Order: sequence, then structure tokens, then C-alpha cells
Amino acid sequence: MNTPSTATRPDFAAIAHWIPAQSHVLDLGCGDGTLLRYLRASRQITGYGVEIDDGNILACVQQGTPVIQRDLEQGLSDFDDGSFDVVILSQTLQAMRNTERIMREMLRVGRAGIVTFPNFGYWRNRLHILGGRMPISDTLPFEWFDTPNVHLCTMADFEGFCRERGIRILGKTVLTGGRPVTRFDNLLGELAVYHFSG
Amino acid sequence: MSQLTVSPESEVRSVGIVEPRVAHFDEPLTLRSGFTLDRYQLCYETYGQLNAEASNAVLVCHALNASHHVAGRYADQPDNVGWWDNMIGPGKPLDTDRFFVIGVNNLGGCHGSTGPASLNHATGRPWGGDFPVVTVEDWVDTQARLADRLGIRQFAAVMGGSLGAMQSLCWALRYPDRLRHSLVIACAPNLSAQNIAFNEVARQAILTDPDFHDGHYLDKGTKPTRGLRIARMIGHITYLSDDEMANKFGRQLKQSRLGFSFETEFQIESYLRHQGNKFADYFDANTYLRITKALDYFDPASEHAGDLASALQPVRASMLVISFTTDWRFSPERSREIVDALLKNRATVSYAEIDAPHGHDAFLLDDPRYHRLVAAYFARIHRETAP
Repeated sequence: MNTPSTATRPDFAAIAHWIPAQSHVLDLGCGDGTLLRYLRASRQITGYGVEIDDGNILACVQQGTPVIQRDLEQGLSDFDDGSFDVVILSQTLQAMRNTERIMREMLRVGRAGIVTFPNFGYWRNRLHILGGRMPISDTLPFEWFDTPNVHLCTMADFEGFCRERGIRILGKTVLTGGRPVTRFDNLLGELAVYHFSG
Repeated sequence: MSQLTVSPESEVRSVGIVEPRVAHFDEPLTLRSGFTLDRYQLCYETYGQLNAEASNAVLVCHALNASHHVAGRYADQPDNVGWWDNMIGPGKPLDTDRFFVIGVNNLGGCHGSTGPASLNHATGRPWGGDFPVVTVEDWVDTQARLADRLGIRQFAAVMGGSLGAMQSLCWALRYPDRLRHSLVIACAPNLSAQNIAFNEVARQAILTDPDFHDGHYLDKGTKPTRGLRIARMIGHITYLSDDEMANKFGRQLKQSRLGFSFETEFQIESYLRHQGNKFADYFDANTYLRITKALDYFDPASEHAGDLASALQPVRASMLVISFTTDWRFSPERSREIVDALLKNRATVSYAEIDAPHGHDAFLLDDPRYHRLVAAYFARIHRETAP
């Protein structure tokens, strides 16, 4: 998946904030396993990553992060109901074809879920659109023709989606340039982190 | 990300000339069948150096037709290259500059360990058909005794493909504290009915060969060569994928036109006959029968009411499970059963599905993604092992 592999990704701390110590965690689209290693160090978690890309599998194996090669679009049939404390989908939601299914699956196998995604409602993105072009930024680094992102949404869209499906939002952190945003977040927020349960 | 590469020079990075050794065991061994072997010997090879802490040993388990000759070549037979030489050697994925690697010919084999062609001391004649049926568990028990003999209390890893992978899985449940890692490649938690069916056809080919003589063919100065040849031909069909066979042979003919006879006409026929003949020259039919039985009997979940997760509960080793997309004999779905059971148990497991066109045989071949993955895993084991 399109997960940047920097150890300092701003959403990591926000995610860790909602991960109880020693919990059992599933990281969907785990990339090279950086987030899981971060959580292992900061929260002493156990758990697995799920990845489809051979290069990322290799990176995880090289660094000793347990990883399962699987296409998330196929669902999570490998995992039992309620077998994880938290299931994370970090900067991958927008690249999923079947958004509803993955959200449902996250809540089936986990007691809680965390998703992070680039907020399409961020003012700079709106400005790009007003200027007549698709936005390109740190969180949306792709040209329209080669982007893996198929389901971009705004925070208002995501909250509506959850409301309509009875998904309870337990908390959210909104970041711009790594700093928290507290007001007009759908306009001023670049990256959204949601904590939710069924 | 630093990429470990497998360069083409891997062909020349060999452990070089190797020599098999033999370990004799006089302590009686009771097999899963209840049969007790009073004494036996195991033929084995080692590559690399065992470190002072004896913490860098890797056991490589062989599959159906292979042996203890895993890597390198023999001084008097320079063409006899070990069966996993592309995987094991200096600078290869399982790096013999770092690890002490052991290959063992399994009990019941025909490459130097006690087996049906060995002398039965009680009768002064070859065991032949009287040699007991052996199981994966029996093999693992004898390998553990060999490890004792070599002063290895805990393996850094046990590794195998196919039937060899069943042994590395069995190690993790039978001797959980005697290995830190288990590599389970192209495996299944048990054979499917279809797999048992293939084995049974192979066995019937041998058992109904008029030269079989209830397994006592050596006494009669003969061998069930026809049966063994057919058994091997059947096996070979199942090791390749349909696509691979189509690519390699298609409908190519040896001659330019049809012969309207039963001579070898299609290239695939020629290939199968060649494989069958080659195999029947060096392999023992009684061993083949027993190894196919060991495959059929392996089923750790059977003693746990079919619950594989419960069967795998003892596993403490970190597991790396690898499957190949076109392997229809031991399909990725079967490997995922093992992975799912380990996930249920919250065991430390990684799983990779290699997109390779070669079917079951892929585990023996030089696929760069596969070899990079194994290299990465062993590099990590080395980091943990290094003092």
C-alpha cells in the first residue's frame, strides 16, 4: 500500500494514544512494519501486519515484524471475531475498493478500530479543486492518473458514513503538518485519525 | 530498505566438497506404530561451523525423494550436487558462513540411514518388506537424537519444504523448546483425499509389480523397477503446474509427425519416462512406499478432534510459512490453514505467498523473491544469534 516508510509519521503518536498497553493489534496495509515496531516499542503490543506487496513483506520479515501476506480486498477471513483489541487501517482506507466491507471486517475482528486518511476537505485541497486541478500534497502525493486512491473523502463524509451505519466514533485527532487542529477541522485538517467501535 | 540480492554467482558459491557421516544409535527406538527398532544408523552431512554456544545450528529436513546430501558435491561424484544447493552455501540465503547446517537422511531412507534395504541383524538378511512403517514424528524423534549426539540443545531453525516442512512443523510442536524458528515451506497440515489418492496409485504401481515379492525383492535378486518408475511419473505430474507443463512441453513431439505407435512421441512422455527411469535407478521401492505413508499419516490435528489450533498450541518457535500460488498439490489455502491456527494461538508467525509459476516444485527452484525472503529471515535469525 502507499504507506510512507518514515519513522516519524505524524499520525503514529495519535494512533498510539488510543492503543492500550500490551494490547493485541492488527495493522492492515502495514507497509514495511514501521507503525507496528513503533507500537511495540511505545506500547508493548503484540500482533501482526497484513500486506499484499512483496517488497513490504520482505521489509517486515527482515526486521522481525510478524506479517501476513494477504489482499485486504478479500476480507479478513483468516482472523476470528473479536480476536484483536484494536485493528488499524492507516492511510489505506482511501485506496480500498470495498470501503464498507473493510470497515465491517475491522469491527468484526477487533473490539475497536482506528483509521487514518488524508482529509479531502482540507482547504489546500479545496483550493486545488477551485483552481481546476486535482490536489497534490504530502498526504496526497499522486497524480490523478497513477493514484492508488479510489475513495477519497472529507471528514464530514466519513462521519456521515459512520453515523448511517451505527459506527460509534470514540475520538478523533486531526493534524496539519504534524500539529493538532482543534477548530474547523474539516477545513483546516490535513490528516484525520478516527477511533471507533461497533 | 536494504535489499538482499541473490546474484547469479550463487551458482559458484558452493560449500564445495562434502562428505557424509554416519551416527550409530544402540538405544532402542519405539516408533509411532509400536514397533521397536533395537538399533539404527543415520547418515548426515554438515556444512559450516557450529559456534561455541552451539546456537547457530539449522536442521534441513528432506522431502520425498531427497537425502542428507543437501549442499555441495562429492569428490568422487562431482555431478552429484546437493538437492538444495541453490539455497544453502556461503553467501546463499541459508548462509553457511553464519550457520551450521545439518542434513539427515531420514530413517527408512535408502541413502545410508537404516531402511528397508539395510541388513536386519536379527535375520542376517535385508529388512525388505519387514521394515516398519515410519512417520514424520519418528523422523523428528531420531533427528532430535542426532542433535543430542552433535551437542545441539536448541536449533536456531529447522527448515523444510513439502514433506520436509511437515517435519519442521512437527519439530515446533514436539520439541517446542528445542528450536527458535521453524520455516514451513509449501506445506499442508495434512494430505487431502486427492493427495492420498495420488500416493495410493503410486503405491499400487509398486505393490502390484510382479518383481515386488512382498517387499523381499532384494532376496530374489530383483527390483520392482516398473512399479517405481510409474510411481515417480505420477508424482512428477503433481509437482508441476498445468501452465508450467504447457510452457515446458506443450504438445511438442519428439519427431516431426505422429507415429501411430506407443513409442514416446510427445515431449512430456519423454520427460516423464526419463524422470521415472532415473529415479528407479537410485531409489528403493520399499522406501518410497514408507515415505508416502508418512505423508498420508501426518495430521497433527487428528488427536485434537480436528482442531489444528489446539494441536499447534505447544508451538513456541517463530514461524515463517511460505506457499506458492501455482502449487496445487500443497496449495496456498492449505498453508493458510496452518497460519490461521497459529494466528488463533497468537503465535509469532509470518506468511508469504510467492507468485511463482512452477507448482509444488517451486520450493526447490531459484525464484528471486522466494530466496530474498528466506535470506532476509536468516539474516534476522543471525542478528538474534550473534553473541
